[in-house]
Amino acid sequence: MVRIRKTILASGLVAMAAAGTAGANPEITRGDVMASTCYACHGTDGKSPGSIPSLHGMPKEKLVSDLMAFKAGNRMSTVMERHARGYSDAEIRELAEVISAAGQ
Amino acid sequence: MNRLTRREMLKLMGAGSAAGGLAAAGCGTTGSGSARGAHVVVVGGGFGGATCAKYLRRYDADVRVTLVEPKKQYTTCPASNWYLGGFRDLQDITHGYGALKDDYDVDVVHDMVTGVDPDARTVRLAGGESLSYDRLVVSPGIDFRWDEVDGLDASTEERIPHAWKAGDQTRILRQQLEAMPNGGTFVLVPPPNPFRCPPGPYERASLVAHYLQENKPRSKVLILDPKDGFSKQPLFEQGWAEKYGDMIEWVPGSDGGAVHRVDADSRTVFTQEGFTEHKADVLNFVPPQKAGKLAFQAGLTNESGWCPVDQQSFESEIHPGIHVIGDASIAGAMPKSGHSANSQGKMAAAAIVSQLRGDDVVSPSHVNTCYSLVGPEYGITVAAVYRYSDGSISGVEGAGGVSPMDVSGGFRKQEAHYAKGWYESITSDVWG
Repeated sequence: MVRIRKTILASGLVAMAAAGTAGANPEITRGDVMASTCYACHGTDGKSPGSIPSLHGMPKEKLVSDLMAFKAGNRMSTVMERHARGYSDAEIRELAEVISAAGQ
Repeated sequence: MNRLTRREMLKLMGAGSAAGGLAAAGCGTTGSGSARGAHVVVVGGGFGGATCAKYLRRYDADVRVTLVEPKKQYTTCPASNWYLGGFRDLQDITHGYGALKDDYDVDVVHDMVTGVDPDARTVRLAGGESLSYDRLVVSPGIDFRWDEVDGLDASTEERIPHAWKAGDQTRILRQQLEAMPNGGTFVLVPPPNPFRCPPGPYERASLVAHYLQENKPRSKVLILDPKDGFSKQPLFEQGWAEKYGDMIEWVPGSDGGAVHRVDADSRTVFTQEGFTEHKADVLNFVPPQKAGKLAFQAGLTNESGWCPVDQQSFESEIHPGIHVIGDASIAGAMPKSGHSANSQGKMAAAAIVSQLRGDDVVSPSHVNTCYSLVGPEYGITVAAVYRYSDGSISGVEGAGGVSPMDVSGGFRKQEAHYAKGWYESITSDVWG
């Protein structure tokens, strides 16, 4: 998987050069809109100004494993278990990708 | 924002090949094209409108966004009960538009909309100016159905506050509570469904009881409800018994709670077809509700008094090109709440940007979390994740729900702690 992505990335760079500035506003994905709903409680881009844990800068793998644990009920929470059950495993990976990218 | 992430490059690649070549991705004439030059006008600077303005700019910095809101400062309904309870200042729940202007380049106009022309796609302002739009977003909140209340109208709201739009009304109610004698009765009349913030009246009863317990402990809170049930009812009732004993009494509609008429001068509420009277020292009457005034002016409402929309994009079913979000919209299973409005603002922003670029609209995903405080250190929640399918928004099965019953004080304290964090986060997500 990693190898394939790197290959795509390499050709993507070539595409970027050809496509000029088109990449400034990328197409809105399902991951984007799902991640945006996390920001209500965790702050825009996951930067929480208050007592709710910040997600900003968290690696994707950590976000995925935390959400999977909440979903399975293996990790104690107040509301996160109730939220995490609302997403498929694939959706969790997609929104985690967006949140981790926002923190880079 | 300007630096491409790996994800964005991957997406660009996908868009390029889907459109049949890199040239298409670059020239902006087909899918994932540019929305450059498009003007979106957003009317209403509350949870829905301010969020939508910000996320439109986040999704596409080429879209020009104008936010029209008469007030320079917005006091939120969420946390206004904390102010009534005596543990939050009003200025701490009041927000300005500086960050939207400075950090997101939203053109903020403090004026009142006096008319909308959906055919010419223009909005007229009280100041005389007229704004042209490619897309209009309307987030007008609620208005009251005074005609359904015998004995009260807009002119009595200084004596009999509703405090269901925060600011001066909330201050008036607090002053009346402060002036109330020990041993007095606070009467709260919640509205019938549907209304803004379903758990709100019951949080208010709780935090008024908190204030009275600390300052006027012989007093009573009487809730005369047109309904026979309410949001998070078992949790509230458990919390009331634990914290306030029998200070709070809730009377359901079918058992004498339905109000027949009100005498504003003597603050007397008549129930049971007028046969039973309740004399209040402070009367907080929250009237039945409908969509905000602008929704009616612009012809966006149906016979229900609310605005029918395509629940995927929140575009009006009556006037194409106009999106209605927040309390005024008919949004399937979503409650009318600040959190719902925030979620809808984001989904409408995503839909509008996609439409302007000629992209498919991504299927929306919504969240709502309503935190309520039974006391300053006692929090309860109801949460849900929502999806759009077959024309309407419904809750994802197996997800969401309310806080557990019969848990330790530590759990309630943790939720109260997060309630305060929720407020800081969502208000920074909307206005920050």
